[in-house]
Amino acid sequence: MNVETGIAKIETRDLDFYYGPTRALKRVNVSCYKNRVTAIIGPSGCGKSTFIRTLNRMNDVIPGTRTEGKILIDGHDIHASDVDVVELRRRVGMVFQKPNPFPKSIFDNIAYGLRINGLRDRRKLEEVVEKSLRRSALWDEVKDRLDENAFSLSGGQQQRLCIARALAVEPDVILFDEPCSAIDPIATAKVEDLIETLKKSYTVVIVTHNMQQAARVSDYTAFMMLGELVEFDVTEKIFTNPANKLTEDYITGRFG
Amino acid sequence: MKQATQKKIAQFLGFFLLRACLTIVLAVLLLFLYDIGRKGGGAISWEFLTQAPRKGMTQGGIFPAIFGTFLVTLITAILAVPLGMCAAIYLNEYARQGRLTRLIRLSIRNLSGVPSIVYGLFGVILFVNIMHFGTSVLSAGLTLGLMTLPWTITASEEALKTVPNSYREGALALGATKWQSIRTNVLPYAVPGMLTGTVLGLARAAGETAPILFTGAAFFLPYLPKSLGDQFMALPYHLYIMATQHHQIEQVRPIAYGTALVLIVLVLGMNMTAVVIRYRLRRKRR
Repeated sequence: MNVETGIAKIETRDLDFYYGPTRALKRVNVSCYKNRVTAIIGPSGCGKSTFIRTLNRMNDVIPGTRTEGKILIDGHDIHASDVDVVELRRRVGMVFQKPNPFPKSIFDNIAYGLRINGLRDRRKLEEVVEKSLRRSALWDEVKDRLDENAFSLSGGQQQRLCIARALAVEPDVILFDEPCSAIDPIATAKVEDLIETLKKSYTVVIVTHNMQQAARVSDYTAFMMLGELVEFDVTEKIFTNPANKLTEDYITGRFG
Repeated sequence: MKQATQKKIAQFLGFFLLRACLTIVLAVLLLFLYDIGRKGGGAISWEFLTQAPRKGMTQGGIFPAIFGTFLVTLITAILAVPLGMCAAIYLNEYARQGRLTRLIRLSIRNLSGVPSIVYGLFGVILFVNIMHFGTSVLSAGLTLGLMTLPWTITASEEALKTVPNSYREGALALGATKWQSIRTNVLPYAVPGMLTGTVLGLARAAGETAPILFTGAAFFLPYLPKSLGDQFMALPYHLYIMATQHHQIEQVRPIAYGTALVLIVLVLGMNMTAVVIRYRLRRKRR
């Protein structure tokens, strides 16, 4: 389903995904446009998280899984033999459902991705740490305590720390896997504002349970059910005039 | 109302039983330690700790046995610690989790329950006879190492399992290779637990008699081992001799108790070291 003639950063073509014999994704075709936010909604177990985790090949680490079909990023198949999955994951950042700071200092959390890529220069590290924390709107809250353990932050701050950590390695795509399901409403509002700002520089894909959130933050919405893409369109259209009866039932709260 | 009272009585009885069990265990343990401390304490002196046995082992100290136990435990550690930790890392992080891995893991668990005398006999066949290391401190250390390996592997794997998966995934999502994620984001948090389990395993090895009985421990030696090919005296074996085999058993009883006390203090010391290591590393992480 091609909706608009924008620049498709990510494109999936007849994407199938299997956990052993179980088919979790069935011929999913979605395009995620550059500098736009694409939301994936649907009831629990519909394959939203599975879908988003195929985009940075995070599912590869689960034994017994298999992907069929194509995922193109900038027109290149991410399963092609010349693709370095480590480099792919640097370019396609991910923020997880539960904030997962590492048990290190705030500074070391943000610097982690740079250090594993070989950056040692302290001044450069400090520069990137500050820049990333400013971008994730956390700098003012933590600038005086960068040496403190990241676990001392609140849940919402931890999630913004994880976003800053993902930004530090300069990805072009950021995947959010239900980023607000474990944090409170005020922290959620902050993360949503942040997503709004981030789309200026990145391609954003967000899985969410919360339909209001999808309506608020996204430009495009994909509705999935039982591993299939039911409808994919401009967010406004999905929420005001969905083409499919199932989509309408879901967004009006008749099930899900 | 009546039900509430019954529930309270049941709770009281439950707690009472649990407390009673703990008290019994502690009492036996303390009584045991007190007895050895009282009877062995008198034998302990600077001379006892630093001199060799004299006059058919009826006088003098137990220094060669202390030295031998240290040496053999060191060899055990050199074999069992790196090998055990690496095997655990492989099993937990790299191996495909399937039927074969489960079988291997089950076998390792079973090996940790094999009686130590079986390891002793296996050591004789493998190290003394087949590999021609002779009855020596090397053969004994390697035998103890084999015996300790299942413990080190199991303890290390348990420690690795306590590291949340989100640390691994988080690192991978930032473009870390698998080894980078393990080295920088898993091992630092697993090592305290790995070390604790390992030191506990070594402490157990240090107190074993059966595995060294045929592989290198000597009844009495007038000299300290000069190379890995020499035989050695060891605390647990010395204790066994002094307690059951000596021809003037009544006369050497204080020495036997003294040896037991030294051995217990040594093992206790190693266990305390494990606790301290764990505590230190945990605090450093905070």
